Amino acid sequence: MAKKNRPRRFYDYSLLFCIIFLTAFGLLMIYSASSYTAQLKYHDASYFMMRQLKIALAGLVLAIIISKLDYHWYVKFAVFAYILSYVLMIAVSIFGRAVNGKKRWLGIGPLSFQPTEFVKIALIVLLAAVITKMGKQVSTWKSMGIIMLLTFPIAAIVAANNLSSGIIIVGIAFVMLFVASKKVWPFLACGGAGLAAVAIAGPLSIALEKMKILKSYQLNRIHVWLDPEAYRLDGGYQVLQGLYAIGSGGLVGKGLGESIQKMGFVPEAQNDMIFAIICEELGLFGAVSVILIFLFMIYRFMLIAGNAPDLFGALLVVGVMAHISIQVILNIAVVTNTIPNTGITLPFISYGGTSVLFLMVEMGMVLSVSNQIKLEK
Amino acid sequence: MSSNQTHHRKRIAVLCFLLCLCMAGLTGRLFYLMLYRSEYYSAMAEELHQRERAIKAARGRILDAKGTVIADNRTVCTVSVIYNQVKDREEVIRVLCRELALDEETVRKKVEKRSSREIIRTNVDKATGDKIRNFYLAGVKVDEDFKRFYPYDSLASRVLGFTGGDNQGIVGLEVHYESCLKGINGTILTMTDAAGVEIENASEDRVEPIAGNDLQISLDVNIQQYAQQAAYTVMERKGAKRVSIIVMNPQNGEIMAMVNVPEFNLNEPFALPEDSPAVRSLKEKQELLNQMWRNPAINDTYEPGSTFKIITAAAGLEAGVVTLEDRFSCPGFRVVEDRKIRCHKVGGHGSENFLQGAMNSCNPVFIDVGQRLGVDNYYRYFEQFGLKEKTGIDLPGEAATIMHKKENMGLVELATVSFGQSFQITPIQLITTAASIVNGGNRITPHFGVRSISADQTMIHTFSYPVREHIVSEQTSETMRYILEQVVAEGSGKRAAIAGYRIGGKTATSEKLPRSMKKYISSFIGFAPADDPQVIALITIDEPQGVYYGGTIAAPVVSDIFQNILPYLGIEERSETG
Repeated sequence: MAKKNRPRRFYDYSLLFCIIFLTAFGLLMIYSASSYTAQLKYHDASYFMMRQLKIALAGLVLAIIISKLDYHWYVKFAVFAYILSYVLMIAVSIFGRAVNGKKRWLGIGPLSFQPTEFVKIALIVLLAAVITKMGKQVSTWKSMGIIMLLTFPIAAIVAANNLSSGIIIVGIAFVMLFVASKKVWPFLACGGAGLAAVAIAGPLSIALEKMKILKSYQLNRIHVWLDPEAYRLDGGYQVLQGLYAIGSGGLVGKGLGESIQKMGFVPEAQNDMIFAIICEELGLFGAVSVILIFLFMIYRFMLIAGNAPDLFGALLVVGVMAHISIQVILNIAVVTNTIPNTGITLPFISYGGTSVLFLMVEMGMVLSVSNQIKLEK
Repeated sequence: MSSNQTHHRKRIAVLCFLLCLCMAGLTGRLFYLMLYRSEYYSAMAEELHQRERAIKAARGRILDAKGTVIADNRTVCTVSVIYNQVKDREEVIRVLCRELALDEETVRKKVEKRSSREIIRTNVDKATGDKIRNFYLAGVKVDEDFKRFYPYDSLASRVLGFTGGDNQGIVGLEVHYESCLKGINGTILTMTDAAGVEIENASEDRVEPIAGNDLQISLDVNIQQYAQQAAYTVMERKGAKRVSIIVMNPQNGEIMAMVNVPEFNLNEPFALPEDSPAVRSLKEKQELLNQMWRNPAINDTYEPGSTFKIITAAAGLEAGVVTLEDRFSCPGFRVVEDRKIRCHKVGGHGSENFLQGAMNSCNPVFIDVGQRLGVDNYYRYFEQFGLKEKTGIDLPGEAATIMHKKENMGLVELATVSFGQSFQITPIQLITTAASIVNGGNRITPHFGVRSISADQTMIHTFSYPVREHIVSEQTSETMRYILEQVVAEGSGKRAAIAGYRIGGKTATSEKLPRSMKKYISSFIGFAPADDPQVIALITIDEPQGVYYGGTIAAPVVSDIFQNILPYLGIEERSETG
């Protein structure tokens, strides 16, 4: 990536380095967390890491290519991608490959991917385009209604099979609207309602279950969350395993590769629960470092969004920032049993091909925005 | 536009602040979990990961009366292979085949099996185990273990019993004293994964095993060996099926020897004798093994025959219905109700007093004594002497007495019981009752176990056994000793006499059921010295060929044993014989 000299343009190498570092750290942790079970299952300790490595490398190359393109070019695909995400989501609910009773995978030949990851990126691009087009109108009730109309149906379809992704999609739209809109109190009200719901989660969930809004397994998760030790047999076991891992880490951890919980105790140790293994092996020190790196990443997003040449660029970055930060916060919250258990991966670190590929695409977009920032002398 | 941009920047900053707040909250949560709750969760995780692996405790030894070890432990090895750790599979197969003398196919199958741990062979002796260990083959484990070892092979086999794969007693004293001999296994606490597979190099906690207590028994190897030799000699000479000999101290019930020939090799308890019939099924083999392990002196009952006249005589004397001078007449039979019961001497013994009747082992005399007692009295003495109960010997599987119910016992049954027929008792019951009658009237408990000694010799526990006093008076006991001494001195037991010793005894020849088979058990019960019994012995010869009279073939064996063990026991010869 030769640096163009005329006119001088910014390129966020800090962010790029941050991405590479997180991905490499992720690969290391995937190896550490999965080598034991991979050896038992596939007789190849690096099975998961090698798969992730190939996709991550391809993704990185893709990200750098995208970062050199003009991001305004995406607008052309926004509507198409949005429609495509409906098609994919409907396809996955019909033809999808069920894993653990949830249809989340769409297979094309030997490849298979999770369309929800595509939906997130399509929605970010579409909303950025739509909000930019609305201009000052965005703060009107009508505009907000349109945005909700664009978001909720697709979020509902996603949530049907993958509640946490549905929540993330709504969250992304909420954050993008929050940044664009001039209204304050609707957002405050939403935030307040959310906090209140968490505070009275126990009785509320029982009431909701009686009203047949919550399914019994979802109610169960809430019970597990409130008291994992009492509901050991209803899934509390897995939550507890994560807590054991975190708790046994202590201040500096057991050392890289020394986790015992990864040896079959923590389910999917290389996946949703990888943060627990990081805590066990690298301790509080390692865990806080990971959080700080994500915070630094969010800080870079903020800088890029703030200096973006136009609103569309800024909103793209805000969308990506919302996506990543929501996932990080929810993942860590789940692992620490701060919120009820739901399957959310830790960006860049958790094992998952689709996730890392689309994350790289998003990073390419952000870097592309950063590349359009003109440096004044 | 610029105001818009400022607005967006402000909103983005607010957003960032909120995100930082969330992250800070989660960091706080992590601090709580990883510092404040760390100990709690670590302990729970530790508990989950630890697995116990037992370290076998050494089983206590069994010592004879003089302290000779008759059941010991030998270190043996278990050779196993851990699939994941094996590097050179072919080399492992080659070495194991050669050293363990196994065929390649079996070893290959086990070595190539994907399992966490595959046992190749157990009970490998230590030398071979060490040799294999010295090859330093990756993935081959040699674990040491204890195996029971009996230095005297077959000595007192049916008494000692043996142990199984887990070193647990299976028959004999090994079972009865299981809790004494068995140690407390130690444990190695190791870390394991979720599937329970041990994790290499994880730190281990050890709880050391506590070895079992040694058991000292009253059996004396020398006496046992001598009695065994005598039993084998008579068995071979008479072509008998089995010969049992019990040698006991009549004063306290300590058993000095208990021989049941043929004995079996305790170190190979699952090997049938060579002359045994070909087995067709596992069940059949087990049946034969059970027969081989059986202790007939305790587990089997028989009709005691004339040796039981000791009991009838004691009951009659105790009740006062007969004295030594009472006169009887024997025409060669006695009619009881409608039955004509024969004496063994067809022509009859003619006129005789009670002492002479006993010396002649005359059936009509004892029928008369029984009839004088009557069913009620006889039954009362039978129970008083302890014949209805088990002796309480410290061996498993003691058989109970098979006796008429009192209400079904008529005069005919009483007559046959009087001379030892129509009911069954075990040899140990007979010798115990006889010992109790001649020792002054104290019903003793026959036993082997004397004391348990902890492995470090610090704790010694001496066992005590119940004694029931005055089952007969001292007077009756003394008279009985006199009668039985006369039986040996001048009566049917005279082949048991030893010059220089006062021996008492009684012979018996019992017909085995059904009587038409004409099979016999010849027996003799003898004790010495007759005036102060220190040793009592019972020999039963099962199905001797040719001459089968107890007085002819059984009495000399006891005489032979006594001749050797009396000096050994420090019982001095007397110049004047009775």
